[in-house]
Amino acid sequence: MTVLTFTTVVGLGSFCAGLLGSLTGLGGGIVVVPLLTVLLHVDFRYAIGASLVSVIATSSGAAAAYVREGYSNIRVGIFLEVATTVGALVGAAIAGVIPTGALGILFGVMLLYSAYRMFRSGGDHPPSTAPDPLATKLRLNSSYPTSAGMQSYAVEGVLPGFGLMFVAGVVSALLGIGSGVVKVLAMDRTMKLPFKVSTTTSNFMIGVTAAASAGVYLHRGYIEPVVALPVMLGVLTGALVGARLLTTASTRWLRIVFTAVVVVLAVEMLYKGATGAL
Amino acid sequence: MSDSRLGRANDAPRLTDHALEQIIGRLLQIGVLISALVVVLGGVALLIRYGGAPADFRSFRAEPSELSTLVGIVRGASRLDSHAVVQLGLVLLIATPIMRVALTLVAFWWQRDRLYVGITAFVLALLVYGLFWGRA
Repeated sequence: MTVLTFTTVVGLGSFCAGLLGSLTGLGGGIVVVPLLTVLLHVDFRYAIGASLVSVIATSSGAAAAYVREGYSNIRVGIFLEVATTVGALVGAAIAGVIPTGALGILFGVMLLYSAYRMFRSGGDHPPSTAPDPLATKLRLNSSYPTSAGMQSYAVEGVLPGFGLMFVAGVVSALLGIGSGVVKVLAMDRTMKLPFKVSTTTSNFMIGVTAAASAGVYLHRGYIEPVVALPVMLGVLTGALVGARLLTTASTRWLRIVFTAVVVVLAVEMLYKGATGAL
Repeated sequence: MSDSRLGRANDAPRLTDHALEQIIGRLLQIGVLISALVVVLGGVALLIRYGGAPADFRSFRAEPSELSTLVGIVRGASRLDSHAVVQLGLVLLIATPIMRVALTLVAFWWQRDRLYVGITAFVLALLVYGLFWGRA
């Protein structure tokens, strides 16, 4: 395969990943790594380097749109970034010593969990009114716009949420993904933030978490320009087109298609990870 | 943003937060745009020059220092080496969220929020350490 063919194939695949990722809200990063490693036999390290770069691009590119709506909670975001950033640096430090097969299995599990969450995330819980004393001390309680005006909410479970965010950081660095599902899990389920606040704050944090490990991986030589170039541009344009289409597309069928893709990739990653073929 | 909302004293901090976030959000988009442009320019040159070369990334060979250290990348890009130009665009992209944290630090500083100046400074220090020294 020549550089031109490789770039074209990876660019098109990444475009589809970015498009589906933004339409379904799962993010493009999670299918980029299996696409590169399972289908194109790219080394796992180059794949996570390229994927992290694309995660930063989509997270930062989408930030302005999210910010305009006024949902994200900056204090919650920056406080939890302490955990994700430390986690990402720890993940980057241990990435070199964990066998690729184990990473493949972890990746497969993350893919299956993401597919499961995509169907479970529907109902919003009522805003919490019983804040964790630590949340009050850190001034994390806030309010967000709803159709009935500004609605205030309290933040619960600060320490368990912080712990889960550390895990999200480690997973992000090890697998080269944004690990938005773990972040949303921590904020929505554990800290009882409203769902929209959780998803937008998660997006705000994803780029920062990815930048922590991407910096380390750059020095370690994981970021190969020929691989990262089509991945970054493909995922970014796909995500931008997806954001435009979001209001018109039928997301139900897209979710089903994307979930099927994710499950197939998960099985592939689990199989290759377990047999040492990765 | 209407004047009547600006006039309400108890809304003032929230509004400042939100206005600042909007500015930061815009700057992030500009950062992504600039880095994407650099990547595209370097990428076009790379494909013209090396498009016919074989692409094999099955086995890992750590990138040379010209493509893995900030000094090497800047040096290579200033010679208009296409691989280094692409890499420079990617470094600008990695720096974009770090800029966001730096601007958030400034915003908390303005609000004289010492607790969050401290928290944000800690996050920023970790990020700068990762990008400049890269030892985790």
